[in-house]
Amino acid sequence: MKPTAFDYLAPGTVGEAVDALAAGAQVLAGGQSLLLEMHLQRVHPNLVADINHIPGLDALTVADGTLTVGALVRHKTFESPGAVPGPLGDLFGRAVANIAHPPIRARGTMVGSLAWAHPASEWCALAVALDAVVELRSTRGTREVPAGDYFLGPFRTAREPDELLTAVRYPLLAPDTGVAFTEHRRTGFSFAQVAVGAALTIRDGVITEARIGLANCADRPLRAHAAERALVGSGPSSPVFARAGETAAEQDAAPVPEPYADVDYRRHVIAVLVARTLREAAPV
Amino acid sequence: MKITLTVNDEAYPLDVEPRRVLADALRDDCGLTGTHLGCEQGVCGACTVLVDGEAVRSCLLLAVQCDGVPIRTVEGLAGADGEPHPLQRAFSAERGLQCGFCTPGFLMLAAGALERDPALGEEEVAALVGSNLCRCTGYEPIRRAIMRAARDHRNGQEA
Repeated sequence: MKPTAFDYLAPGTVGEAVDALAAGAQVLAGGQSLLLEMHLQRVHPNLVADINHIPGLDALTVADGTLTVGALVRHKTFESPGAVPGPLGDLFGRAVANIAHPPIRARGTMVGSLAWAHPASEWCALAVALDAVVELRSTRGTREVPAGDYFLGPFRTAREPDELLTAVRYPLLAPDTGVAFTEHRRTGFSFAQVAVGAALTIRDGVITEARIGLANCADRPLRAHAAERALVGSGPSSPVFARAGETAAEQDAAPVPEPYADVDYRRHVIAVLVARTLREAAPV
Repeated sequence: MKITLTVNDEAYPLDVEPRRVLADALRDDCGLTGTHLGCEQGVCGACTVLVDGEAVRSCLLLAVQCDGVPIRTVEGLAGADGEPHPLQRAFSAERGLQCGFCTPGFLMLAAGALERDPALGEEEVAALVGSNLCRCTGYEPIRRAIMRAARDHRNGQEA
């Protein structure tokens, strides 16, 4: 099918963009999800606001221990080593290789993934695990929402229809943080059946901080709080990581059955992948 | 909307609806039917073209987004004298095509990658060919063709 008819606007400022949103516009950034949905006629906006011409939205900045990713920063940016400093950049680099394929990564944006909120999204799982904060702008002003409160369900977020997601902020990870990202899927370019991102800080042989993000392990991205509690205070070891994996699968995850991945299978994969991700993240 | 598409260094002044995707504008408005449309969902990659030097899906881009941006399609690969592009020669030499439907997309995917990094390695090419679908060759001849073009480029054996 072809997209239904709509009017097109290319605002030159965030102010013009939020005015368009107040008038009911749908935001076009990378367009790799929006245009697909428009082809399938599951989304049929009357007005599309193309934000690609707004100066400054493509900024990727680090200041005061915080990384800020603007709405136009493409997935592929995170493939470049050094684009983001330290273990956070390493974690993003490991995650981004799992997102679609190079032509999609050339156009699609990290912030667009957060706006779209697909339950299998790698970026969404990392956002909740890393205590990211999203910045929402509208004609009513600016507000910030922690990622933990932002995702409400499949394709559902705390963003109001007239709000523009202008940026996402992440606290940088300490230099001695170990990171890993693993994903399980049916074919090389399928959506994740399960994906796990982890960041571990180990000091004097004891895990002092653990962050585990789960993609497609529920109807929304999750942070595996129970598994993290099971880790902190313990020494890193395979049995400890295996137990954390089982905790994540049984207590944190709320898997939704999908074709070729029923709930029991999902829980099994989650337990295995979480343990594997932790083993990779533990600095030896 | 009135826009001008700049395809293979040639200007195409067009009047298109905003909903017209780049692939349809190239094929139906510019008459450049070398770009193929398979799934129209960003999956198959048959419609891959270079927009500002970057290989992208022309089904997931509106024509109005490309006003004034340099575009290259498979028609722009061969030399002015009609001599095939080194990639096209490599695809022929390695039997990198059978039915040919996916070929323009693979050629533009590879052209974008090689122009960015002529020293493409085995691993990068293996990952790259997974971007598009081919139902004939099993990908291996396509992978070999891209490696051959990269090798020829390095050895300066073009033309």
